[in-house]
Amino acid sequence: MLLLLTLCLVVLYWGVSVGSAGFVNLGSMPNEPGLAAIVFDIRLPRTLGALCCGALLGLSGALAQGLFRNPLADPYLLGSASGATLGVAAALVAFRVSPSAGHWLARLGLTGAAFIGAMVAVLLTLALARGFQHTFRLLLCGIVVGVVLGALCSLTLLLDPQVLQSMQTFMLGSTSYVGWNSVIMMAIGWLVCIVIAVPLGRLLDGLSLGESTAISLGLNIGFLRAVLVCVLALAVGLSVAQTGLIAFVGLASPHLVRSMVKVTHAHLLLISSVMGAALLGAADVLARCLLAPRELPVGVLTAVLGGGYLLWLMQKRQFSSTGGES
Amino acid sequence: MNLSRIMKQLMLCCLGLLASSALFALQVSDDRGMTLDLPSPAKRVVSLLPSLSEMVCALHACDRLVGVDRNSNFPLTLKNVTSLGSGLDPNIEAIVVLKPDVVVMSHAHRAVERLNSLGVKVLVLEPKTHADVERVLQSLATLLGVEGAQKLWRSIDAEINDSANSMPLKSKGARVYFEVNRGPYAASESSFIGEILSRLGTKNIIPASLGPFPLVNPEFIVKANPEVIFITAQEASTLSSRPGWGRINAIQNKHVCVIANHEEDIIARPGPRMGQAAAILAHCLLIHGRFE
Repeated sequence: MLLLLTLCLVVLYWGVSVGSAGFVNLGSMPNEPGLAAIVFDIRLPRTLGALCCGALLGLSGALAQGLFRNPLADPYLLGSASGATLGVAAALVAFRVSPSAGHWLARLGLTGAAFIGAMVAVLLTLALARGFQHTFRLLLCGIVVGVVLGALCSLTLLLDPQVLQSMQTFMLGSTSYVGWNSVIMMAIGWLVCIVIAVPLGRLLDGLSLGESTAISLGLNIGFLRAVLVCVLALAVGLSVAQTGLIAFVGLASPHLVRSMVKVTHAHLLLISSVMGAALLGAADVLARCLLAPRELPVGVLTAVLGGGYLLWLMQKRQFSSTGGES
Repeated sequence: MNLSRIMKQLMLCCLGLLASSALFALQVSDDRGMTLDLPSPAKRVVSLLPSLSEMVCALHACDRLVGVDRNSNFPLTLKNVTSLGSGLDPNIEAIVVLKPDVVVMSHAHRAVERLNSLGVKVLVLEPKTHADVERVLQSLATLLGVEGAQKLWRSIDAEINDSANSMPLKSKGARVYFEVNRGPYAASESSFIGEILSRLGTKNIIPASLGPFPLVNPEFIVKANPEVIFITAQEASTLSSRPGWGRINAIQNKHVCVIANHEEDIIARPGPRMGQAAAILAHCLLIHGRFE
């Protein structure tokens, strides 16, 4: 845990130092007046934003895997990814097709459109699954809603193919325009989610033993599950709205944590958050410095980093387990 | 005996060559490096790229267009021509039914292969720079058997020069930033838009080394501090909310050139309307370029 926190701090320092020209020593700040403003206005909120977003995704990934008792679950399972994409596509196309509707949507902003899209998708999933009771049904409805909304999104984009390039930055994830407002929103959101979810970690522990066992342990599954799904939706909605779809962080963080330590769900939620933050933070910094001043979409790097690290861990475990036997 | 036999074979060969060259009167090469042989100038043409449609019409061969893609909307007479879907994913059946002599389109590997296998001749032309436009105009003129490609190119060039000459000396070297799409995707010096901006005497903050339309780090733009920003109407409202952008010279002095929806088509296509594009860009630069 301490290691991860130090990692986060390192990423923060690194992130603030790396700009469009590569690594710059912060000590030279007094000599360059413009630099301080750039650091404060752009790099700091961007790096903090990446850390917060990663934390939200790590948390929701651990929640999703606990709720659905499926190690392959990722936070976008309830259709929120497709909903957000549809929201953004609708906002982008609406402006070009009818400027009056577009002006109204412009005030909402793309982040607002994405958030509303994500929430609507989750509500749709819940409505189709008729409640929180049956996880399998919830999962299935989530997938169906995701696919259908994805198709609607493609249809919307056909109306005006010129927005395809703008959509690409959303769908691959980007921390380019994360400012202080976004950081504050995500940070508060994360605190709220953590404060609600961590005490409910017992429910996830109970659920992992099976539903009947959980009920016999005296846990009120129905209500608590509903609360956790709401927390999941909120966390995913916030992160998708600010930075777009970032693959793999939600899926990989809990696995990375579990491969390093054995913890109960309460701690898993917290540590997975921090792991997600470190992962996305590192990816964001690399995205900026690899091809400076060009930028890589951050979603590409999270997949490469997270996937690579996971593979390495798996190899190491296999190696050590076979080595231990012989 | 052997000698006369050889002579006969030689004569036959020569006759054969003459015949084949008469059979294929036209040869046009395309962007794939492949040469297309046609017996006569194309009379029925399908165009699947808006800039190519505009070029065909500018060469006064608009009536030969029997089918265009969904986005070919200029000149307005093209509204009456059969629409064939998107340029990259056209309706193959509709194209074949039209029985075109040739289809001009950009690179869309599967569509080109499919059309070729169905016996339709395809010419892949994808203009990306000014030099490309000149070359493609010539190719199209050869294909259509018309004159006037050189004249057309000279008139486009002259229009751009006129716009360049209308720029006052004071605005030479003004730092500009042209945003193509949210991302931010910018137009660099090596793109066709960048070339127009360079000819208007401005300095693009995005160097050619980054490629024609790179995805840049917003910090780079803030550091480069452009004096004029070109942006679409849709994104213009978001400029002030971008973190750190409030310090940019262009935004503080409100030197933001907003490109209206109807102007986007003119500026975004490397074709015969590049002169008009230059005029639109020059008009805005005259208002916003260095008049303090």
